[in-house]
Amino acid sequence: MTDSQKPVPEVTEELRPFFAAAREGRLVVQRCKGCGQRRFPPREICSGCLGRDAEWVASSGRGAIVSFNVMHQVYHPGFASEVPYAIVLVELEEGGRLLTNLIGCPLEQVRIGLPVEVAFEKRTDEISLPQFRPRP
Amino acid sequence: MGRVYDSPMGFAVEAVRLALDDAGLDRHDLDGLLLNPGIAWVDTAMGSFALQQALGLRDVRYSVAMNLGGATAAAMVQQAVMAIDAGLASTVACVFSDAPLKPPKPAVDGKKQAAGSGGSASAYAFARGLNAAYGQFGVNALYALVAKRHMHRYGTTNDHLGAVAVAERAWANRNPAAQFYEVPLTLDEYHRSRWIVEPFHLLDCCLVSNGGAAVIVTSAERARNLRQPPVYIWGFGQGHPGGDPIDTLTSGAPLAKQVAFRMAGIDTADVDVAEVYDCYTFTVLVSLEDYGFCPKGESGPFVADGSIGPGGRLPVNTGGGQLSSFYMWGMTPVSEGVIQARGQGGARQVERRNVILVSGNGGILSMHSTLVLSPLSS
Repeated sequence: MTDSQKPVPEVTEELRPFFAAAREGRLVVQRCKGCGQRRFPPREICSGCLGRDAEWVASSGRGAIVSFNVMHQVYHPGFASEVPYAIVLVELEEGGRLLTNLIGCPLEQVRIGLPVEVAFEKRTDEISLPQFRPRP
Repeated sequence: MGRVYDSPMGFAVEAVRLALDDAGLDRHDLDGLLLNPGIAWVDTAMGSFALQQALGLRDVRYSVAMNLGGATAAAMVQQAVMAIDAGLASTVACVFSDAPLKPPKPAVDGKKQAAGSGGSASAYAFARGLNAAYGQFGVNALYALVAKRHMHRYGTTNDHLGAVAVAERAWANRNPAAQFYEVPLTLDEYHRSRWIVEPFHLLDCCLVSNGGAAVIVTSAERARNLRQPPVYIWGFGQGHPGGDPIDTLTSGAPLAKQVAFRMAGIDTADVDVAEVYDCYTFTVLVSLEDYGFCPKGESGPFVADGSIGPGGRLPVNTGGGQLSSFYMWGMTPVSEGVIQARGQGGARQVERRNVILVSGNGGILSMHSTLVLSPLSS
């Protein structure tokens, strides 16, 4: 890995099931076993019922853009050739929000409310990242 | 404050010394010490004790290091009032300092080096998380998401954001202590400033400043016998709404103002001047809505006609704010509120100053604190 490539996220204990599923082309989110609330990013404790038991469940991978920004500043050299690029906040149909990118969509067509679906970007043999693209 | 260099502790001690001189007090008059350590502080867990030792203070009766982000400064003043009311202390210094800007390195072989240039691979150790994998870095980008949603829902535009930047700059041009004292700003120049993260231009974002600020809180009775005209604290409150501000597009101000305004016996219409926390132009817009100066979502049109600049119907951030004067977290609005209440604003002094609103905001519209100040005792 060199700095000129996009950073590869660390597989933390908390995110291990998320990355394992992504490697197989599946998007999963956490579901509280106490109250059933679906959430992403994962949390140790459910803010709805304070329960600690949670499981990872399949997501439809379908959602819509809640908001977005367009990054112009290069914080990491891996994105030097990407700027300007959009960060989109996607709300999944069944609950949970991901800060992610939109692929296959010109910047000027990014808009709040745009229906999107998951697509996977292989970054290394171990890491595939869930990304989103406009839903036909 | 600004592009000046000292240690965080050095700035803190100097700020306390200046505040004591200003008040006509000796450091040994202090029996309470509150510290908001900025990001450059190393030992933040017991920072107020470290500051006590640096100041050579004995027998302090009340000591806390606090962190509510940008809401801390006004919250420290509240904490000081409550400590004095409860009899824990009589004279409390509330202190902030930070030194995020590193001095330029001395020239080597005639070549000037960029500040902080390290160049090792570990320089990108910060980029291990999931957000970094997507290229999401920093607070600017998170606020930008909320601002974009506000624009979508309410029709707020970059002209509206720019109107805040222009108004604050006009105030800064009347404040010799402001980093942008000598630099005017037009709306065109605002639009031409480079994008940081859309919808934010460079001039939507607050400054980065080194420095320190201290405010001394004591009883009204004691304050009347000190060197400066007293500034009375009519009311205060806090509001921390929880959840995700992208859903509500609302800060903690509606909660905080309920308590603060009731305590002060005022309503929004009574406010003569507002010193509003301004990490971004956008934060000012949301705050104006949330304090009720205009209906929710209508802050853009409210500021578009210059209403918050010099000569406007509601003077806001009269020292230039954190966008154009200096970024001392919440101490920028607190200190400007004190200056205006004393009538010491010089070229930027507002005429009507009986009711001064000061706000603090921390996180992404997450934490909020309010003060109502006045030169009048009641």
